[in-house]
Amino acid sequence: MADNGTVLEVKDLKTYYRVMKGDVKAVDNLNFTVRRGEILGVVGESGCGKSTLAYSLISLKKPLQHISGEANLLGQDLMQLSGREKRKLKLKNISIIPQYALDAFSPTKKIKTFIKDLVKQHGRRADKKFMDKVRERFKIVNLSPSVLDRYSMELSGGMKQRVVMLISSLLDPDLLIADEITSALDVTSQRFVTTLLADLRDEGIIGSAIFITHDLATLYQIADRILVMYAGRLAELGAADEIVHNPRHPYTRDLINSLPRIGIQHKDERLTGIKGTPPDLTDIGEGCRFRFRCQHRTVECDSTPKMEEPRQRHYIRCWNYKSLGSDQNE
Amino acid sequence: MNEKNEAILEAERLTKIFSSGIINKDYTVAVNNASFALYPGRVTSLVGESGSGKTTIGRLILKLIDPTSGTIFYRGEDITNIQGRNSKKDYYRQVQGVFQDPFSSFNPLFKINRVFEMLFREFKPEANNKKELICQSLEEVNLNPGRILDKYPHQLSGGQLQRLLIARALLLDVEILVADEIISMLDASTRMGVLNLLVDICRDKGLAILFITHDLNLGYYLSDDTLILHEGNLVERGATTRVYENPYHPYTQMLFESVPDIEEKWDRSREFIPEQITEVVEEFYQNNQEEGYKEVEKNHYVLMSLPDNSSPGVTEYFQV
Repeated sequence: MADNGTVLEVKDLKTYYRVMKGDVKAVDNLNFTVRRGEILGVVGESGCGKSTLAYSLISLKKPLQHISGEANLLGQDLMQLSGREKRKLKLKNISIIPQYALDAFSPTKKIKTFIKDLVKQHGRRADKKFMDKVRERFKIVNLSPSVLDRYSMELSGGMKQRVVMLISSLLDPDLLIADEITSALDVTSQRFVTTLLADLRDEGIIGSAIFITHDLATLYQIADRILVMYAGRLAELGAADEIVHNPRHPYTRDLINSLPRIGIQHKDERLTGIKGTPPDLTDIGEGCRFRFRCQHRTVECDSTPKMEEPRQRHYIRCWNYKSLGSDQNE
Repeated sequence: MNEKNEAILEAERLTKIFSSGIINKDYTVAVNNASFALYPGRVTSLVGESGSGKTTIGRLILKLIDPTSGTIFYRGEDITNIQGRNSKKDYYRQVQGVFQDPFSSFNPLFKINRVFEMLFREFKPEANNKKELICQSLEEVNLNPGRILDKYPHQLSGGQLQRLLIARALLLDVEILVADEIISMLDASTRMGVLNLLVDICRDKGLAILFITHDLNLGYYLSDDTLILHEGNLVERGATTRVYENPYHPYTQMLFESVPDIEEKWDRSREFIPEQITEVVEEFYQNNQEEGYKEVEKNHYVLMSLPDNSSPGVTEYFQV
């Protein structure tokens, strides 16, 4: 299945939080691939396991544990690598922009010092040639290289996020995971940062990306494919246009119908949202996890739906999606 | 209810300047000459980015801070300088706020029914049908009293807590509700419930709502009137449909360009740099001959230039 163009292949991946109360099944049987040049968007509500997915790939730390399944990055199973082996891949092959990273700068270090320390950790010399490259990258993110001599507190949120993105992509990773990079920013900065991620891909600086967010509308702007997660599982995965304009899974449908957009006022059309809240993932049993909130629940839903592929590279986990129909013929 | 009645609250040339430092004082003009009005049965959204002063305006209305200059009229009465516990309490019977983080708005050690008890002790000691009133207001926000009242805040979801805060305001029969970013911590699927609730009580009870947000999509869905705030200045205001369909001020235009839309993708071939807006706005003010606000169409006003003395409040402040 893995061809040369595949950067990441996740197969039946299960990572749970082992805690006193039991297993929190935050990533449960996830399957997807990321190809070179592709931006995969991951969307879902808080607690659906989208950030856990990122941590599973980049650093599994207790209480998060690998249960079964594989995550092959360029042919190497990340789940089987030791900490040291994984370290070698980081920044170069796989890199992450963690959530809230823009607030994690050391207040006593200049940006320059921070970058130098970081690359040293990864066995690179921060020589003149390297710093020239860094300056070049500042231009790409539309910041003056003089930012290198500033402290983080002198920068605005949008500027800090750009510096974070620049640092994470400094060693040209094959896969960059961007976890909620827009959530703390203003709308104008959101647009800039989101577009920047696509620009980095277009210029070949990053090989591919996983863009994790709760904001489907922002995701749609740059994602090639979108993975909709619900309560630790895949609900639907497909091309961005398909997911947004021709959703098949009841959850995806409800999610899109609850998006407010300019042109719809409450007087003209009532957006409903989804009744209820996501289930507790601790020791959650069999069955479709959306069935408690689903309008199309049937008897089958008490057993776990299999992943089906109604169209090429379009996956769905739902017993009843066929009867719900589609806007287009298959 | 949709007709514009008489304004219930009017703010006239509100200015708030914060100072910091002891010897070398630094002044920040958080809000500059803001004038607007709130009407019963109408939602007014106040849209701005972080640091634009939108929360400061909310806090001024809620009398949590005093303005440097300017006046606030409540039902025609100047309440800018009301002092003292009793007169403020009278004001809070009519004006209440709901804030961004519902988790920090509750004492984690108090059960929900205690929160309501305290409310009665403070504002309505004479009420003898407390239980009935509480149940009624909880049902109005679609919460089941039996399942809520003996819970601690951590046992409830963010959406439920946010509804509770609204219920609390309803119980007081307030006339004005200031909602500061109340849904930004809620998920897409749960926030619509809270928003629809807000609209319904606004219509049914004739409440005036100031909805402070950074989310333009939500602002459009919810509000009758829109105020756009940029660096402390109200740059554009008017009926929501007018402002959104025909944005005039360069800052407003830029805001709308950044809104993600699932119908249309951003044009990535065009350069988009947020920092350029400062220059563009300055140029806009310089090239305009008009002063102050201009009515570009019916019920749609745009700030054409800053007053000569760009921050008159500062000089006044120094003279004091």
